[in-house]
Amino acid sequence: MAELKLQDRNDDPRAAHLSLYRQMLTIRFFEEKAIELFSQGLIPGSTHPCIGQEAIAVGACAALRPDDFALATYRGHGVAIAKGSPPRNLMAELLTRVTGCSRGRGGSMHLCDVERGLLGTNAIVAAHIPIAGGVALASKLRRRPQVTACFFGDGATCEGEFFETLNMAALWRVPLILICENNGYAISVPTSLSQSTPNIADRAAGFGIPGVIVDGNDPLAVMGAVETAAARARAGEGPTLIECKTVRWERHSAFSSGKYADPQEALKWKTVDPIPRFAAILREGGTGQEELDREVAAAKAEVEVAVEFALNSPHPGPETIYEGVFAEDVFARE
Amino acid sequence: MSSRILSMAQAINEAIAEEMRAQPELTLLGQDIGAYGGTFGVYRGLYEEFGPERVRDGPLCESGTVGFGIGLAISGMRAVVELEFIDFAPLALDQIVNQAAKMHYFYGGQLTVPLVIRAPIASRIGMGPQHSQSLESWFMHAPGLKVAIPSNAYDAKGLMKTALRDPNPVVFIENVKLYGARCETPEKEYFIPFGQARVMREGTSATVVALSATVPEAMAAAEALAEERISVEVIDPRSLSPLDSGTIAASVRKTGRLLVTHDGYRTCGVAAEISQRVIEEAFDYLNAPIMRVAGADAPVPSSPLYRQAVPTREALIEAVRQLMK
Repeated sequence: MAELKLQDRNDDPRAAHLSLYRQMLTIRFFEEKAIELFSQGLIPGSTHPCIGQEAIAVGACAALRPDDFALATYRGHGVAIAKGSPPRNLMAELLTRVTGCSRGRGGSMHLCDVERGLLGTNAIVAAHIPIAGGVALASKLRRRPQVTACFFGDGATCEGEFFETLNMAALWRVPLILICENNGYAISVPTSLSQSTPNIADRAAGFGIPGVIVDGNDPLAVMGAVETAAARARAGEGPTLIECKTVRWERHSAFSSGKYADPQEALKWKTVDPIPRFAAILREGGTGQEELDREVAAAKAEVEVAVEFALNSPHPGPETIYEGVFAEDVFARE
Repeated sequence: MSSRILSMAQAINEAIAEEMRAQPELTLLGQDIGAYGGTFGVYRGLYEEFGPERVRDGPLCESGTVGFGIGLAISGMRAVVELEFIDFAPLALDQIVNQAAKMHYFYGGQLTVPLVIRAPIASRIGMGPQHSQSLESWFMHAPGLKVAIPSNAYDAKGLMKTALRDPNPVVFIENVKLYGARCETPEKEYFIPFGQARVMREGTSATVVALSATVPEAMAAAEALAEERISVEVIDPRSLSPLDSGTIAASVRKTGRLLVTHDGYRTCGVAAEISQRVIEEAFDYLNAPIMRVAGADAPVPSSPLYRQAVPTREALIEAVRQLMK
């Protein structure tokens, strides 16, 4: 279900749409569980939910092929799930267990699943953007028709590496899709205090590449934009910057304090919640409520299983502290 | 097999060229590395032989360049990135320290970063405070990085060959002052493993551990001290991470005296780490307090005052005499 392919959508668009719905639900329940487990002290450090932003990860990854690459930020659980990484290994990683996708070394901010093309979520804002550029350059040099999708927030677009990568990626026409999840806040600072222009996508013009704005709460809009960008990238025409306008419901992280969001605004956010919005679209398209309910139940069950799996897995032993500092070392995978 | 006299720049060039031929995906990234041949000529001829795709001249942006190099590396395409001066490494420090060094670890071994970061040091040519620093100790302080620091053409070729086969990120530190220094360098392929110090000169009275541009100074000092019947053993660690403290400790057990010298700043310099390891491994054999002759804890001034900022052979001779008292 997670590995939706382009041809599936053409064959059976209704099933494909239902799959998008299901993935958004899985992400939503996964994130709600993560907040709950964090509050119980089961997730160390912090965790950064993408609640309300599910449509971006799901829509974008639906436009990718299984062997395309994705890199994301610490707010990257949604991208990992949408790229097809099993929620149980992701949840185990959030709980820093040995069965986690990164063997309990990375935690919530360092998810990775090479098999599914997820080349890492990263805890340094914008640092993964040039790395994604290099991954895309590798595909180009190897003459492989793979594209790399790089997800980041509005805050990352203030970092120099964002601009450096726009320049290099445009210059070398690498198959890179830069996907900005503009949720309006960099931790506590609203874009009105951090961005010199109203639209981040406008910056693409300075590098001679397309800059596109889409409704980030509409998975089909995101998918369409990423499809266009992917086609362009595969044709050797270079990168595209896509700005997905969305909202952040939750605090920056489960660890964050401080009231920077207007509680009245929270009510407004719920009206643009991508999940009920998409459910309405599906109902209009003839999908029955029962079918939708089945997806809700299945997504909930999948997340419950993931939590159970994670809770029943051990933490890495203290004797493993030096394992994997250098690549010669062999990880003791159980 | 024949051996020729090569300069250190030629030796590094030869190692890279050999590996470019052996590894069809090996790619070089950086500014001025194309037809220009590199800021110090180390890449001369590579652009002509391997073309603009693999010898990729790029924009002036250290962080982006290292980031792109990491992207190639995690895709399985080994890369070499060039920083022109190690003083510019701070512009790329996040990519080096937070990304390249740690990725293999924090992604549970799923990604490896076969990346060589070439970082020339210009500590002895009067380039001024932002082009003359020896920042090698910074990279020793980042688990996950390997650090190579050759002092001559022979070692430079063998160490670069090893760096270009290592699955880990390697910071390869080259002193510009040594680029022109020549020595016998075999034509045949050879590898010098990291973590194996080289005893440059045997001696019995005192051990001098020297790095990079201080190695020739230490050798000259040892030569002069021999006339005073002070027999100095000179050791070049050649790599700092891993560090061959065993060879150094064994030498100290023999001589009972240790002096460490480098161009890098005194405080928290490499000497501090080497001294501590010797204390841990051979304390009972020390007949005198360990000494260090290091770079001054001051910004490196422009020429000719810079000579006060780095160890001279005269300073080393005087320090060893003190050590023998």
